[in-house]
Amino acid sequence: MTEGTGIGAPVRRKEDKRFITGKGRYLDDINRTGQAYAYFLRSPHAHAKINGIDVAAAKASSGVVAVLTGAELAADQIGPLICGWAITQKNGEPHNAPAHPALAVDKVRYVGDHVAIVIADSLAEAKDAAEKIEVDYQELPPVVDIASALADGAPQVHDDVAGNLCYDWELGDKAATDAAFSGAHHVAKLDLVNNRLIPNAMEPRAALADYDSGIDELTLYTTSQNPHVARLVLAAFNGIAPENKLRVIAPDVGGGFGSKIFIYAEELCCLWAARKINRPVKWTGERSESFMADAHGRDHVTTAELALDQEGKFLAMRVSTMANFGAYLSTFATAVPSYLYGTLLAGQYTTPAIYCEVKGGFTNTAPVDAYRGAGRPEATYVVERLVEVAARDMGIDPAELRKRNFVAPDAFPYQTPVIMAYDSGNYQLSLDKAMEMINASGFAQRKADSESRGKLRGLGYSAYIEACGIAPSAAVGSLGAGVGLWESGQIRFNPTGSVTIYTGSHSHGQGHETTFAQLVSDHLGVPIENIEVSHGDTGTVPFGMGTYGSRSLAVGGSAIMKAADKIVEKSKKIAAHLMEAAVEDVEHSRGVFSVAGTDKSVTIAEVAFTAYVPHNYPEGLEPGLDETAFYDPLNFTFPAGTHIAEVEIDPATGVVEVADWAAVDDFGNIINPMIVEGQVHGGIAQGVGQALLENTVYDKETGQLVTGSYMDYCMPRADDLPSFKVETTNTPCPHNPLGVKGCGEAGAIAAPAALMNAITNALGKEIDMPATPEKVWQAAQTAQAAE
Amino acid sequence: MYEFDYQRPSSLSEAASMLSGEATLMAGGQTLIPTLKQRLAMPSAVIDIGGIAELSGISAGGGSVSIGATTRHAAVADSADVKGAIPALAKLAEGIGDPQVRNMGTIGGSIANNDPAADYPAAVVGLGATVHTNKREIAADNFFTGMFETALAEDEIVTKVVFPVPEKAGYMKFPNPASRYAMVGVFVAQTGGGVRVAVTGAGPSVFRVAEMESALGGNFWASAIEGISVSADGLNADIHGSAAYRAHLVGVMARRAVAEAGG
Repeated sequence: MTEGTGIGAPVRRKEDKRFITGKGRYLDDINRTGQAYAYFLRSPHAHAKINGIDVAAAKASSGVVAVLTGAELAADQIGPLICGWAITQKNGEPHNAPAHPALAVDKVRYVGDHVAIVIADSLAEAKDAAEKIEVDYQELPPVVDIASALADGAPQVHDDVAGNLCYDWELGDKAATDAAFSGAHHVAKLDLVNNRLIPNAMEPRAALADYDSGIDELTLYTTSQNPHVARLVLAAFNGIAPENKLRVIAPDVGGGFGSKIFIYAEELCCLWAARKINRPVKWTGERSESFMADAHGRDHVTTAELALDQEGKFLAMRVSTMANFGAYLSTFATAVPSYLYGTLLAGQYTTPAIYCEVKGGFTNTAPVDAYRGAGRPEATYVVERLVEVAARDMGIDPAELRKRNFVAPDAFPYQTPVIMAYDSGNYQLSLDKAMEMINASGFAQRKADSESRGKLRGLGYSAYIEACGIAPSAAVGSLGAGVGLWESGQIRFNPTGSVTIYTGSHSHGQGHETTFAQLVSDHLGVPIENIEVSHGDTGTVPFGMGTYGSRSLAVGGSAIMKAADKIVEKSKKIAAHLMEAAVEDVEHSRGVFSVAGTDKSVTIAEVAFTAYVPHNYPEGLEPGLDETAFYDPLNFTFPAGTHIAEVEIDPATGVVEVADWAAVDDFGNIINPMIVEGQVHGGIAQGVGQALLENTVYDKETGQLVTGSYMDYCMPRADDLPSFKVETTNTPCPHNPLGVKGCGEAGAIAAPAALMNAITNALGKEIDMPATPEKVWQAAQTAQAAE
Repeated sequence: MYEFDYQRPSSLSEAASMLSGEATLMAGGQTLIPTLKQRLAMPSAVIDIGGIAELSGISAGGGSVSIGATTRHAAVADSADVKGAIPALAKLAEGIGDPQVRNMGTIGGSIANNDPAADYPAAVVGLGATVHTNKREIAADNFFTGMFETALAEDEIVTKVVFPVPEKAGYMKFPNPASRYAMVGVFVAQTGGGVRVAVTGAGPSVFRVAEMESALGGNFWASAIEGISVSADGLNADIHGSAAYRAHLVGVMARRAVAEAGG
C-alpha cells in the first residue's frame, strides 16, 4: 500500500473525528430561533376515499400555529411531486404518471400517506392536535403485490391509470432472441422474487425550512444526497420559490443508500408552511415514519430464461419482470427497473441476444425508487441465479460455465446487445483470484466435514457487473432523463497556500472529505491537513448533481481533477514570471514548478501568494487562484468482479451461517483502499441482509405494513456476518482522468446472488429471498424426503 | 407520550400506596417507555420503583438463589452467585436483548409484563421458582396466566424471585432474527422434585411439556425426547415462523437444552 496521503494511500478519514466525538452536524442538531415543529398526520389505511377533513378542533388545540391540508396546498398551487425520468412504452406512448400530491386530496393510497401537516410550538402539542383531526375515510380494498395489481379486476389505485399499469417497456431484439431460443440445446428457466427492502439510513429524513421575509428567501436544511437537484425541482416544478430565492443545505447526513435522493412531501410542505406562517418549521422523521414513507427498494417478480448450446455457450436470454412502484412515482422510480436494469442483463458474458420486458405498476404501498444499486442488483440477481441454474441443469461446474462465456480481456470496449459499451475489465482474473482466496478446491473436503456434523454446506458464485459513474448527459437524456448527469468541482487556493475544494457531490458516509483531499494533495502537492472539502450548500457550492450510483469519484473526482489542471495551467504562467522563464519551459510536479535544466523552482504556495498579492505579476493575467470545472463523463464506468459465498446450514433449524466470503472487485484505480474496503464491507452486509434477513411485508387483506419496526424488519447485525476476504483487481477506466470506476454499491449488487447460489447449492432446491430459517428448514425437509 | 405524573417512592409500602387508578409501575422501563412514546398507553402516573433499595440485589444460600425484582439482567448475567449455582440462568440473562436492554431491564419487570417471547418466564417455570410479592408468595406454575397476563393483582408488586438450585439445567433459545426475542426458548432442569421443561416464545404464555418431563425423568439424555413432538395447535404464528415450525423448534431446542445441561 502507498504511504503518505496521496493517491493509493489508506489515509484515515478526516471527517471521522467529528463523527466519533459527537460533533457531527446532522439535521436535528440545527435549530432556528422561533422555530415551530411539524407533525404529519398520516393515513392509517392503505386505500380509502377522503370524504372530509375537519381540522377545527386541532386548530383550537394548545400551541397550534397552523393545520394545513391538501386542499390548501392545491389552492396555493404548490406541487405536485414529480418523477424526473420519462419512459417510452412498447407502444410508443409515454408512461402513465398519475398526480402525486404532497398532501392527499380526495384519496389516500398507502399506510403512511400524508394527510395533513400540523405545526405547533412544540412537537408534543403538534401530536396532540393531530389526534383531534377528524378524517372521514371510506375504506377501499387495497392491492399490495404487483402480480395482483396487474391482474384483471384488481382494485384501482388511481382512477386515471387503467389496470394500475405505469408502463409496459421492452429492451432488446425480441425476434433474434426468440430465434436463438428455438435452436437452443438447453433452456434454463427461473422464476424469482426480488424482495422489497426498506433503506433504514441511520439518520432519519428531516427538514428545517426558514423563511427570511426581509429578502424573501427560503432556506431548507434537509437530509439530501443532492441539494442542487432538490432546489431545482422545488423551484422549477413544485412552485416553492424561484431558484435564486431558495437555498438548500444538506449538512452531515447519516446515510442515504438512495432514499435521500428524492424530493418528498415533507420538505416541500415545511417550506410552504414556513413562508405561510413566517416562522421556521422543523420536521424530524421518526423511525416508524422511515419505515412507512421513505422510498423502498427492489420489489420485482421475474421469469428469466437462458438458452445454451451443447458446450454451455450462452445463446440468448429472455427476461420478463413485473416491478412494483408503490402508490405513486417517486423522483426517479421509472428509470430503476428499466434503463438501470435491462441494460445490465448481459452481465459479464457474451450473450449475443437479449430481450427484456418490464411491466411497472401501482399498488397501495410506499413508493419504490433507487436503493443501493438501483436496478443493477436486480439485474445481477437474475443473471447470476440463472447462470447457476443452467450450470446445475447441464452438470457443468458453475465457475467453468462462467469462464466459457466471459467477455475476454482483449474484447474491450465491448458492445452488449442491451445498449451498454463496457469500458474495460478482466473478469476471469477476478474469478480465479476469488476462488483461490476461498480455497474453492478444498470445498469438497469442507462439505464432507459439515456433513459429518449433520450440516449442509454450499458454495455460491456471483460474477457481477454494474454501470456506475452515471452518466453522459446526452446519453441519459436520450433515454428519458430530465437532468444532465455531469458534476462540478472547484479548487480555491487561499493566499497562504491552503485550499478549499467545493464539490457538487455530497458525502453522507462515503468519505469524500478524505478522498477528494487526497486527489488535490497528490496532484498539487498541498499537505492534506491544509485542504478542506466543502459540499452540500447551494449557497456556496457550484451547481452539482449530487451523490448516487457510485458516481462521486468517477464524475465528481474527475471534475476536481479538471479544476486542478486549470490551476496548474494558470500557476505555470505565474511561476514562469517569477522564475523569469518562458511558460513552455515550466514543468510541474506535485506543486513544484521548475525550469528544466536549471535549479530554479517555486512552490504552489508561493504561486498562490503571488496570485493574491500580485505586486510582481504577469501582465494581463487575472489575480487569484480559484478554478471551477464541470465534467460530463464520456461513458458509464463498469466495475465488475466475483464474490463467492460459503454457507453452512443446520437442517434441524434452517439457520444459515455465512461461513466465508471472498470478494474480488475491479474498481479501476483506487484512491483510498481503506475507504474502498469499508464500502465493500457495508455493501456486502446490505446484500446479506437482503438475501437472509430483510423483507418488507404488507398484509394482503388490509394493506397494513407488518414490518413497520425493527421488531419485525430484520437488519443485518455484526454477528450475522463473517470476516470478509476482500481484494481488488485494477483495470483502469480508460475514459476518465483518474481511471476510477466506483465502489459504493458493488457489495450490495454482488452479494445476494452469491449467497442464494450458495444456499440453493447446499439445499439442492430453489428458494426465494430472504432465506429465512423456516423457509430453509422446509426446503431441507423436502430435500431430505426426496432423497 | 401523553402527560403523566412521575413518582419515585423510596419504599415498597410507599409505592404500594401510590398504586391506584390508572397509575402504572415502572422498573427498567424497557417495555413501558417505548409504549408511552408511541402513545399506546396513557397512565395517570408512572411510579418508578427503581429507587427502592430493598427490591434490588442477589443472594444465594440454602439451596436457592434469590433475585430482587429490580435487579438488572446484566447484574444477573454477571453474578458470581448465579453463575456458580445456576449457570443456565446467568446464560439466559446474558442473552436478553442487547447491552442497553440488559443494563436497564429488570427481572421483576419482565415477569410482571409476561411478554410471550420473554426469556425469564422459561427460567421461572423451568426451575419451579417462587415469586414473592408485597402480599404473598406465588408458585411459578400459578404465576403466568396468559399472554401479558399474570396472577398479580392490580395493587400487587413483585419483590423478588427465589430460584431453587437444580442438579442440572440448560436453556436454549431460538431467537427471532429481527427482535432477538425468543421465537422458541426451552429451559430444562433436573431438580429434586423431578425434571421440568418450560417453553417460552412458542405459545401465548410459557408452558410445560409433560411428556418430555416424564421421558427425561427416566433418562436425562437428549435422545430420550428424540421422538416427542409438540402439537402446533394454539402456538404462535407470525411472519417469522408458523405454528408448525415453532412446534418443531420446541423439540430441537429442548434436546439442545438437555445436551447443554450435560444430559
